[in-house]
Amino acid sequence: MELKDKLVSSFMAFEDTVDVNLPVHEVRSKAIKDFENLGFPSKKLESWKYTSLSKLLKSDYSVFPKNESSLEFKEVKKYFIHEIDSYKIVFIDGIYSSHLSETSHEGLDVCLMSAALSKPKYKIIIDNYFNKIAKTDGLTALNTAFSREGAFINIPRGKVVEKPIQILHFSTGNESSLLLQPRNLIVVGENAHVQIIERHQSLTDNPVLTNSVTEIFANKRAIVDYYKIQNDRQSASLIDNTFISQQQNSHALVHTFSLGGNVTRNNLQFFHKGEYLDSTLKGVTIIGDKQHVDHSTLVHHATPNCESHQDYKGIYADRSTGVFNGQIIVEKEAQKTNGFQQNNNILIDDTATINAKPQLEIFADDVKCSHGCTIGQLDDEAMFYLKSRGIPEKEARALLMYAFANNVLESVKIPEVKQRINKLIAMKLGVNLGFDL
Amino acid sequence: MLKIENLHANVEGKEILKGINLDVKPGEVHAIMGPNGSGKSTLASVIAGNEDFEITEGSVLLEGEELNELAPEERAHKGVFLSFQYPVEIPGVTVTNFLKTAINETRKAKGLEEMPANEMLKKIREKSELLEIDRKFLSRSLNEGFSGGEKKRNEIFQMAMLEPKLAILDETDSGLDIDALKIVANGVNRLKNDENAVVVITHYQRLLDYIVPDFVHVLLNGKIVKSGGKELALELEEKGYDWIKQEATV
Repeated sequence: MELKDKLVSSFMAFEDTVDVNLPVHEVRSKAIKDFENLGFPSKKLESWKYTSLSKLLKSDYSVFPKNESSLEFKEVKKYFIHEIDSYKIVFIDGIYSSHLSETSHEGLDVCLMSAALSKPKYKIIIDNYFNKIAKTDGLTALNTAFSREGAFINIPRGKVVEKPIQILHFSTGNESSLLLQPRNLIVVGENAHVQIIERHQSLTDNPVLTNSVTEIFANKRAIVDYYKIQNDRQSASLIDNTFISQQQNSHALVHTFSLGGNVTRNNLQFFHKGEYLDSTLKGVTIIGDKQHVDHSTLVHHATPNCESHQDYKGIYADRSTGVFNGQIIVEKEAQKTNGFQQNNNILIDDTATINAKPQLEIFADDVKCSHGCTIGQLDDEAMFYLKSRGIPEKEARALLMYAFANNVLESVKIPEVKQRINKLIAMKLGVNLGFDL
Repeated sequence: MLKIENLHANVEGKEILKGINLDVKPGEVHAIMGPNGSGKSTLASVIAGNEDFEITEGSVLLEGEELNELAPEERAHKGVFLSFQYPVEIPGVTVTNFLKTAINETRKAKGLEEMPANEMLKKIREKSELLEIDRKFLSRSLNEGFSGGEKKRNEIFQMAMLEPKLAILDETDSGLDIDALKIVANGVNRLKNDENAVVVITHYQRLLDYIVPDFVHVLLNGKIVKSGGKELALELEEKGYDWIKQEATV
């Protein structure tokens, strides 16, 4: 059976496992119909022109894991930013692991989507926020239809959350191939601050496909600082759909570090609902070995006096493919918009490919929008300069690649995250330069 | 120290060096002068191992060992240093981290342990004082936004840190005001000893007032056409290069 048919037909079985009397179930029922109509995106769609899912969809995925699996902290410690005190929401094969998690209801909610969807005290929040900004494309609809578990984070007005929140998804390989569909909702109240780190990690070579949807609401003057660490195995693919709605004077920053995995697609979309807010999107992509990373971003400027900054750096080697599709829409009302987009790419050898497509649609007349896109190789002159100082070829290349990616790392606010990324990059480049940039 | 024998070199198929001979002994300072386009910078690049240039004939020897086939970093490990005429800007790498990498990679190549951090710091402090370099400068990105003078001073600072056997200073005086020139020259003189050697490549005599050469060579159209003592530089300053050109054609 095709995956699409299998999913549609398993919806009934899914209904046996959830409370169908909750209002959210109407949303799910509508979503499965949408998915039935839309299906998976194909390369015929302009927005999926450079990323094909067809190979991925051939696996016979388990939609619901049969067995609950457990993991000991020491087995997976290295995937946590364990040097810092943090809240943790951890899932193993899509199922919440209370053993590895550290949730809270004291002055904020760092807990589970399943609780938020079912408990009366969260009803208002769910009514107001759940599935309100997620786009109705096939993949998001699919996730909505099966939405049951994920992270639920609710930061009340004025709360400055001192500890970062880590969301981790492990897949154990106990299923021969697994489809995961986490659904996250993050609501950040007025003047509240929060830092979130998200990671998906497969622990074996059994195929995993994750279709994740995250909705984030930043209310007035809220600050949301989000880090996505993508360094998964060759057997793991990720479709990350993240939608962010911002109210006036809010700041939302998303850093995406794409350092590994089979196919990774990041749909990252920002919607402006107030004035004087800013959105920051930064990414470092370093891949090789036939890997594929697609960053499809959208910043929708619908209100005046807002700013957006996009800066994506990519280094591609060995038959890998990158996609940068950066869309900025400036509506007629969005005067005095300042929209900035930068995408720089280095192709290490001639087997690597980058498809870069800046897309600016501007309907207002008093705006500052700029975009720059470069594709190049490492600078020969700089290489000679470094080598003439005794730095060998490999280290010199690594140094230049570090330098190239560095300005994206500069804005990482959690030192331990920065350190970890530095380490991952060094490992990726196979060098030890003995310092952090 | 450095021996160059009948060196011919091409860039993009065009012959730039047409049979250079040069013998630099330990403890000596040589100046290579010549008009624009005579091949001065090419000579510097070829000695340092720039792969844009192809050696078609002859050889470059350092302490008797041929360098022709060695990569730039291998030459650096053996003690060759080139102070660039146009140092490259490398945003994202601080001066300090760059130097640490350069020093430790050189040590690694020699089978030595990394330099201990406190020793490194001490050395950085000592050498930056020698070149009157501000501490803030060390945490800036390498050459990025540096003035011409800062770039050149940074080159000599790197030389001080790396302690090469053979230093080639390619137009180190260009872009320097008189005060910076004195600082740079003083730095070079302080680093000079009986075991190392310096080749100063320059267009003008000015730098040679401060770094006094033992020998002066005139490079013209890819060949050394005249050699002499330091007084030759003064003569060139006074009379220009035309008389040498005439002499050479005769």
